[in-house]
Amino acid sequence: MTAPLLDVQDLRKEFAVRAGRFGFGRAMLAAVDGVSFTVSRGETLSLVGESGCGKSTVGRAILRLIAPTAGEIRLDGQRIDDLPEHRLRPLRRRIQVVFQDPFSSLNPRLTVGDILAEPLRNFGLVHGRAARAERLGQLADAVGVAREALGRRPHEFSGGQRQRIGIARALATEPELIVCDEAVSALDVSVKAQIINLLADLQDRLGLALLFISHDLAVVEHLTHRVAVMYLGRIVETGPRRALFAAPHHPYTRALLSSVPVPDPTATRRRIVLGGDVPSPLAPPPGCRFHTRCPFAVERCRVETPALRPVGEGHVSACHFDTEPAPG
Amino acid sequence: MTLSPLTRRRLAVFRAHRRGFVALWIFTALFLLCLFAEFIANDRPLVIRYDGQWYFPVLADYGGDVFDPTAMPTEADYTDPELQAAVRAKGWMVWPLIPYDFKSIVKNLDRPAPSPPSWHNWLGTDDEARDVLARIIYGFRLSVLFGFTLTAVASAVGIAAGAVQGFYGGAIDLLFQRFIEIWSGMPQLYLLIILGSVLTPTFWTLLIFLLLFSWMHLTGVVRAEFLRGRNLDYVRAARALGVGDAAVMWRHILPNAMVATLTFLPFTLSGSVTVLASLDFLGFGLPPGAPSLGELVSEGKNNLQAPWLGITAFVVLGGMLTLLIFIGEAVRDSFDPRKTMT
Repeated sequence: MTAPLLDVQDLRKEFAVRAGRFGFGRAMLAAVDGVSFTVSRGETLSLVGESGCGKSTVGRAILRLIAPTAGEIRLDGQRIDDLPEHRLRPLRRRIQVVFQDPFSSLNPRLTVGDILAEPLRNFGLVHGRAARAERLGQLADAVGVAREALGRRPHEFSGGQRQRIGIARALATEPELIVCDEAVSALDVSVKAQIINLLADLQDRLGLALLFISHDLAVVEHLTHRVAVMYLGRIVETGPRRALFAAPHHPYTRALLSSVPVPDPTATRRRIVLGGDVPSPLAPPPGCRFHTRCPFAVERCRVETPALRPVGEGHVSACHFDTEPAPG
Repeated sequence: MTLSPLTRRRLAVFRAHRRGFVALWIFTALFLLCLFAEFIANDRPLVIRYDGQWYFPVLADYGGDVFDPTAMPTEADYTDPELQAAVRAKGWMVWPLIPYDFKSIVKNLDRPAPSPPSWHNWLGTDDEARDVLARIIYGFRLSVLFGFTLTAVASAVGIAAGAVQGFYGGAIDLLFQRFIEIWSGMPQLYLLIILGSVLTPTFWTLLIFLLLFSWMHLTGVVRAEFLRGRNLDYVRAARALGVGDAAVMWRHILPNAMVATLTFLPFTLSGSVTVLASLDFLGFGLPPGAPSLGELVSEGKNNLQAPWLGITAFVVLGGMLTLLIFIGEAVRDSFDPRKTMT
């Protein structure tokens, strides 16, 4: 097996927050607490979990928009988590990002052409006016935006169109990996499908790897090769799409899957409704982090932290139990 | 240059703000007039036609012996009746509307200075027998130029400082904030008095001195805009694209911060004008003899028997500041998103 394109080992990111009654104290909040995964070339890995579980922090750390507290991030075997900015810069063109909100991710004061030209100029990718115009045209074509749109400003476009422009900007540097941070969550359903198809199409044509960060398993199912489920700063289960969707192992994954609506009114299914809230990441519960909400938790879960262990082909899960008793 | 729809809407709102729009035109007209103060109020003629030759005393210096062979070859004094007679004998001359500049002394006053308004001195003379109108024209120009320069330089420094604080945040921000707090606690006036005892204040020393303290006005606003701006998704995207810090600040964040900044500018300008006038009033400002509005206020205070001094100073200074405030209000309204976004 060749080395993965992106290899994240034991990534940890802590934020200092004010604590105590008067806010004089300092506490460390571990938004990401020892996360490891890999993404191969041309592969899509989805990182799913509910709000606040640290999935976006992982994405930002990989993009080096924030500096990780500990752990290693390797791109093609080269460590990038501790590179100084000037050495990081040439590598930046290999990892790009598409953000959630198509209204805030494009500078409203620049024309679409300027927005797309920025990465080209920045990395000196094309030389000459004609070559640049040609490249901008190609980018517009690649994401299905009319070439005439290049002279207009972002506010003249719909959300879906703007997200296409955001994808075009990410493509401009010919990256190998695109981090899609909730890239379709803000779009309405039909547009969402179009953008997912566009991403899948681009992946086929350009051999892109995607790190797809989402809270929505239904979206992920159509796009991804593998899924990693995060809960409270840790990965609780990773597996190939088919195995994970057909036979989820971790109780949290099952709860998540059961929340995905099925477009069939006659379908009978059990919904696993989790009680309570996500515990505060300032004081994560000991043992298995999910035990406060897990319907199957026993005493062992409260004291012993479960390690990720294989439960199938390329499928790992962090639960003490091999085969769960059928919930009921 | 093509205007974005937003800019066009802003211009429309500005124009619709009648008071501000009219104030801008009046102020611009007055300022342009005063820029050519030498051609309006001067103790030299605009043109002399003498012995078949053209002379332009406004633009060049001529010796007195050019027109009157008996006079000394030193610089010609065109107010001298003998020289005037000599010129008239062989030609003619055209005087500016007001035949005095800010430092020339009105001769042949029929009463002790300050003398009241008359056909000759429209706004009277001050207590050193200088024409008040001429001094106001020069003083207006000086005040506005001083205000413009101070505002421009102070804003540039303030924006840069605020940008760096807001963009980098953390320790840089903290240290900078504490420094500003300490620095703004300095007793400006005392320092200025001490400075005035060491060296004679000029236009430029005053400007630099006031600059040391006035750049802080804008840093707070700009810092806040940058703190917000650096977390915008398109700023994050730009950084992921490897755009350098300076370019991110300049291209992606600053345009947003400019709205808040531009709104402040007319008010900063009127503030700068006021500061200069008050320093002149107190006698710590421009050197004696310079045409300053503050000095006129002070003369008005010292010569209450000559109310034309105080009234003129009040009307000019008050009028100028009112115009600037009206313009400022219009600018503020035109950048108000509630008025332009609908």
